[in-house]
Amino acid sequence: MSRIHVTTTVNGDAVEFLADPRDSLLDCLRDQLNLTGSKEGCGTGDCGACSVTVDGTLVCSCLVLGVEAEGKRIETVEGMAKGNDLHPLQRKFIEHAALQCGFCTPGILVAAKALLAENPDPSESEIRFWLAGNLCRCTGYDKIIHAVQDAAAEMRGA
Amino acid sequence: MRYHAPSSVAEAVRLAAGATGITRFLSGGTDVLVQLRAGMVTPDDLIDLKKIPGLREITRTPDGGWRIGAAVSGAEMGRHAALCSDWPGVVEGMRLVGSTQVQGRATLAGNLCNGSPAADSVPGMVAAGARVVVTGPAGTREVAVEEIPAGPGKTRLKPGEMIEAVLLPPRGAQGGDAYLRFIPRTEMDIAVVGVGVSLTLEGGKVAAARVAIGAVAPTVLLVPEAAKAIIGTTLDDAAIAALADAVRAAATPISDKRGTAEFRKDVVGVLAGRAARIAHDRAKGAAK
Repeated sequence: MSRIHVTTTVNGDAVEFLADPRDSLLDCLRDQLNLTGSKEGCGTGDCGACSVTVDGTLVCSCLVLGVEAEGKRIETVEGMAKGNDLHPLQRKFIEHAALQCGFCTPGILVAAKALLAENPDPSESEIRFWLAGNLCRCTGYDKIIHAVQDAAAEMRGA
Repeated sequence: MRYHAPSSVAEAVRLAAGATGITRFLSGGTDVLVQLRAGMVTPDDLIDLKKIPGLREITRTPDGGWRIGAAVSGAEMGRHAALCSDWPGVVEGMRLVGSTQVQGRATLAGNLCNGSPAADSVPGMVAAGARVVVTGPAGTREVAVEEIPAGPGKTRLKPGEMIEAVLLPPRGAQGGDAYLRFIPRTEMDIAVVGVGVSLTLEGGKVAAARVAIGAVAPTVLLVPEAAKAIIGTTLDDAAIAALADAVRAAATPISDKRGTAEFRKDVVGVLAGRAARIAHDRAKGAAK
């Protein structure tokens, strides 16, 4: 099985890796680039734990091949904080205790960031629909929704 | 598995024609990669269509219709204001497929080729009179969308053929379409019943109509009798009742964990009436 050389940008850094064509982008992020923030929950695009953006579009990285990342711009949870300064969504998730085990959290943070980039002032129902592809099995969704609303307000300067 | 990223349709078709094992075309990957990861289908040759110019574009056709490239995602369709204004029913059917993440990748052509009788984007396309541009070893042909599905998981595409684009006709004046589905939840589910309706009005009456039903037969069905039931009417209660009777007569659903045959037959009539009324309202709105 010949491996394919892939050059791409992850969180603003130019990176390259060798991918088996069957490897998902998630496999490549975790195993080749050691970016283990994105999680594999289901591996079938149902749970959203592996959410990343590719050229600004939210996707499940388990349903993208690593070789498809060639020439793209990938953003993962590792790119959200700037050094020690957490992204407002990350701070609000801690403040609102919007996580317990934390497995779904990176995917939800990335998905929520993509939502706020498109819609800085989403209604509660817009947040719930947008995040419907991110499953959480322990916290319950209310705290997550409240954290996103609070972060959105802060980011709008409200 | 060999991964190919051709830069033209001709090259993609040549690769498929030269392949001897299992071949899959990749656009959104929300079915192909699930099957790959589940070990259901491991292609020997995977042909990625996304680097072919035009396949990720939505363009106006010379006749005033639309050409939607095979690799255009649901999210891209939803962001296209003029397409949404012409064919809101087609767009809303596609936008019901999966989550935000799936919408970032999933395509109309892929949803059609997956061959599910419950595919949410297909009744809207059939009602709209959409056609697909199919290219294969024998050349390029245009086929009505309803001619593609052959049964659950099966299509009438020949070996080596791929869909290049979906073509929507010109919407024209006083036209409207709508898609409705029943699911037991509010989102992220597979249709138990789906109905697409497209119609045009003239002098306050329905001048032309197409009605398609999903998840109530082995394939999505175009129901000409349902269209006949509303053509020439003002879509009054009697016409809506006749429409419901016609789709119920055409439906041959199965009972499964998502709904009984009796339930599906009942609901398909209810949804057809509601979808027709939405399409009618949209047609009137478009006439203002």
